[in-house]
Amino acid sequence: MTAATARPRAEAVSSHRELLAKRARQTRGRRRVVNYVMVSASYLSAAVVALPLILILVYLIKQGASSVGWSFFTQPPVPAGEPGGGMANAMVGTLILVAIASLVGLPIGIGAGLFLAEQRGTRTANAVRFLSDVLNGLPSIVIGIFAWQVLVRPLHHYSALAGGLALGAMMIPLVTRATEEMIRVVPTSLREAALALGYTKWRTSLSVVLRTALPGIVTGALVAVARVAGETAPLIFTAFGNQFWSFSPFKPIAALPMSIYSYAISPYDDWHRQAWAGALVLLALVFIISLAARFATRARYGLGGD
Amino acid sequence: MDSTPVGDRLYQGVTTAFALIIPALLLFIAWEVLRGAWPALRHFGFSFYTTSEWDDVNGRFGAAPAVFGTVVSSILALIIATPLAVGVAIFLSEFAPRWLRQPIAFLVDLLAAIPSVVYGLWGIIVLVPFLRESVMSFIRDTLHLGGLPLFSGPAYGPSMLAAGCILAIMILPYISAVTREVLMAVPRSQREAALALGATRWEMIWDAVLPYARSGIIGGVILGLGRALGETMAVTMVIGNRHEISASLFAPGYTMASVIANEFSEATNEIHVSALMAVGFGLLVVTIIVNAIARWLVWRTARGPAGAP
Repeated sequence: MTAATARPRAEAVSSHRELLAKRARQTRGRRRVVNYVMVSASYLSAAVVALPLILILVYLIKQGASSVGWSFFTQPPVPAGEPGGGMANAMVGTLILVAIASLVGLPIGIGAGLFLAEQRGTRTANAVRFLSDVLNGLPSIVIGIFAWQVLVRPLHHYSALAGGLALGAMMIPLVTRATEEMIRVVPTSLREAALALGYTKWRTSLSVVLRTALPGIVTGALVAVARVAGETAPLIFTAFGNQFWSFSPFKPIAALPMSIYSYAISPYDDWHRQAWAGALVLLALVFIISLAARFATRARYGLGGD
Repeated sequence: MDSTPVGDRLYQGVTTAFALIIPALLLFIAWEVLRGAWPALRHFGFSFYTTSEWDDVNGRFGAAPAVFGTVVSSILALIIATPLAVGVAIFLSEFAPRWLRQPIAFLVDLLAAIPSVVYGLWGIIVLVPFLRESVMSFIRDTLHLGGLPLFSGPAYGPSMLAAGCILAIMILPYISAVTREVLMAVPRSQREAALALGATRWEMIWDAVLPYARSGIIGGVILGLGRALGETMAVTMVIGNRHEISASLFAPGYTMASVIANEFSEATNEIHVSALMAVGFGLLVVTIIVNAIARWLVWRTARGPAGAP
């Protein structure tokens, strides 16, 4: 091997190496840039998502707080143009509607949830679980026209009962799935211990399993209540709304979301202010219920000790 | 077993009965809505969903504009919401420091807890004027895109665009929650293997995590679509409510859910009520199909990829 032939080859090799290294640096650079851009995009999307929420909350508190007064909580609405008035009747109406809904939704939902947790894996349970998800995915307006067809049309008048039952139908799948999830995390050993002590199956289920899972089920129920308390669509042609006090389940009744809706689409600034106030109260209600739900879960984990 | 105590049999019977209420209720809903829709469906046939004349005085009804508006507003919402929702889910499952994870997840959950009518109120009073005065005029006057059919016609404010934006905000938490769930289901070893091979964090996510979670993410997106199709109040308040098909995103439109919300309590004659019921029946069938597909995809992913134990 002479120096004359070796040198160019060595040079070629080293330049080739350099080229490779350079290319590697470039790709590493590009990969690093892509990585940087995409990771930033992911951070950014978190910020962008938080933005509308903050905008809505800030605007709501600013607009709503100035319009929420004593009369808002104590007075029914007054005709357009007159000062004062409130949404007290709508708040009571919402409570009555939610109470009717819970009366229907909670027992059925919890019963079905018990069934799903205990018959897990059977074909019936799988089918019921799937159908309960389908029911949960039905648009609330469809539930509304169903309730109208069944309860308003034949009776010829709108009623709180029709509205409450429509909301109750919406609660069933929510409560069912929440109950099932909560019963699933109850340790099997607990159930076995109760059975070993000579408890019958039904007593084990009700007084041991259900009781252990109760805080979680309360959470699920509260979430379901919060969800239907804000519903408007199924109420428009069932509960219909009412400008006056009403406590009868067989008469049209006001509800907070419906009042917000009709005030929001009105042309009056005064009513828009009332709508903001109503929205603030509704949101506060929903958030308080959601927070209560969180605390109920926390208590459960505290007691569960795992 | 005959030795089963009476109490147990009773208990099992009662819970079974409660569980069977769910399929029964679903059937009852479908049956009653179909029964209400029947006169219109029989009178107009399937062309009810494909013609666009809506004349309640002369009793001629075609739901095509509402079907069109439902599809366009929902797809617009998905286009806006999907990248953001997946981005947030990736952020939460891969990057977020522990102290930030809880608050951000809580904020996203709060988005889902805000009632539809509150979004609508905000939409009417804040979003629609903002779109009209800032976004629409920016697209028209600064970008000079007014000539495109997509941005043509007068900019009213209440529009398909406004509906798409509101819907995007509303469905985002659903997509992001499902995506987060399926991303969490991706095994750690998958990530560690990619990083050991020298992948950057993004390459790890793109090549090792997302493919694994793909069908679950698609399921989440379809679930969001199901929500968007049936969302009523907020859309009714910002879409403009007009029975017309327009290529422009700035033009007012209608959706199936908002037609019902708007006209049902004012419908006076039988055929008008029945036509609205028929719109509802169409919505019911479509949302059942969409939700069934979504649940199946999510369930398949949560169970693990094909072939896994």
